[in-house]
Amino acid sequence: MSWDWNFAIEVFPEILGAIWLVIAITFGSFIVALILGLVLTFARRSSFKPLSLLVYAFIEFVRSTPPLVQLFFVYFALPAIGISINKYTAGIVTLGIHYSTYVSEVYRSGIEAIPKGQWEAAKAMNFSKTQTWFRIILPQAIPPVIPMLGNYLIVLFKETPILMAIGVGEFLQKAQLIGSTHFKYLEPITIVGLLFLLLSYPSALLINRLEQKSNQAFTGKKNRRLTNQFHLKSGA
Amino acid sequence: MTIEILLASAVLAFAVAFIAGLGRVSRFAVIRRVTAVYVELFRGTSLLVQLFWIFFALPAFGIQFSAFLASVVALGLNYGAYGSEIVRGAIIAIPKGQTEASIALNMTNFQRMRLVILPQAFRMMLPGFGNISIELLKGTSLVSLITLTDMTYKGLIIQNSNISYTMPVFVTLLFAYFLVALPLIILARKLEKRSAKGVANA
Repeated sequence: MSWDWNFAIEVFPEILGAIWLVIAITFGSFIVALILGLVLTFARRSSFKPLSLLVYAFIEFVRSTPPLVQLFFVYFALPAIGISINKYTAGIVTLGIHYSTYVSEVYRSGIEAIPKGQWEAAKAMNFSKTQTWFRIILPQAIPPVIPMLGNYLIVLFKETPILMAIGVGEFLQKAQLIGSTHFKYLEPITIVGLLFLLLSYPSALLINRLEQKSNQAFTGKKNRRLTNQFHLKSGA
Repeated sequence: MTIEILLASAVLAFAVAFIAGLGRVSRFAVIRRVTAVYVELFRGTSLLVQLFWIFFALPAFGIQFSAFLASVVALGLNYGAYGSEIVRGAIIAIPKGQTEASIALNMTNFQRMRLVILPQAFRMMLPGFGNISIELLKGTSLVSLITLTDMTYKGLIIQNSNISYTMPVFVTLLFAYFLVALPLIILARKLEKRSAKGVANA
């Protein structure tokens, strides 16, 4: 048995049909990750020690346990204590929480790169804490890390196939169903692989370019250190 | 089973990472090109898709892997691709003067790599490798989806046998993974500290 073009063309639209669902889930969970990541970053920096330690433990725990098991936990175990959610929400929430821990690290590196003088200046100008954060620190901390956030968007996108485990009909689930009805797995799964490549590779190139541009825009020693850190951390 | 897969695929992943990482900085354009395609291919698609492809699609070409072998190959090649970027990044981060000095000392290319570049680059790779091994551990949970009886799969079986176990099973499972990851996290930190010893801040 080898590659069958007719079959591939026949099943292609069916697999591609899942694209909007995949995109919706990717961006949905990315938004959750962005917001929750910011909350985690703030909590981690809180001067209230128990909270910051708790958040630190939470981040380490979530980062080092498999998203698949977390997904099962959210989808199967939470209903046991009365929190019941549908599979799409479960997927978005799980991926969102999982990647919020990564995103918070990115924010942290951005915030730590802000020179101390900025904090001091804000204090000298009698800015309130909220004003300092939202008018001084974050506007400077976020733009340099946008390419890194983009990288995590792609990572998140590539993580969506695990949602097939709870029956979300994304690319791989579709391919698997087609494969099991026709007893032909080669074409559908290859198509899924190519789709991922086709969607993620150009975005990765785009983000690379963005990264170079932002490095030019935010030149300085601290920024170089920041990108170095990222390269070591981007195992995901 | 989870540990077995973790160890086997870690060995494969690090071997592949070094080969591909060195290939990316090879003098020969062909080798550079081939390894670049491999790395982009595996980094550009999902681990789960690769796992399914190796397990379900490869048999169409007459290559039938057992579930265990398919898992090890998929995990090893996937994380090997990520690891090779770490290797490559560390090698090209070594200042050019080091290469020039070794040439001035009349070292062969092989000597230069082995005695001058790699020992310095290795130190820079450690944090990245620590992260990769944790990612690898997380990746092993996916093998339950091709019916390999790892920790996750066992958890699912227990949960299926008695629905009231659902909560404790998954909580235990999460902590079990964390427990396996803990030594990796600690080891990674220790290695990082030890390799930074006696070196001026790079």
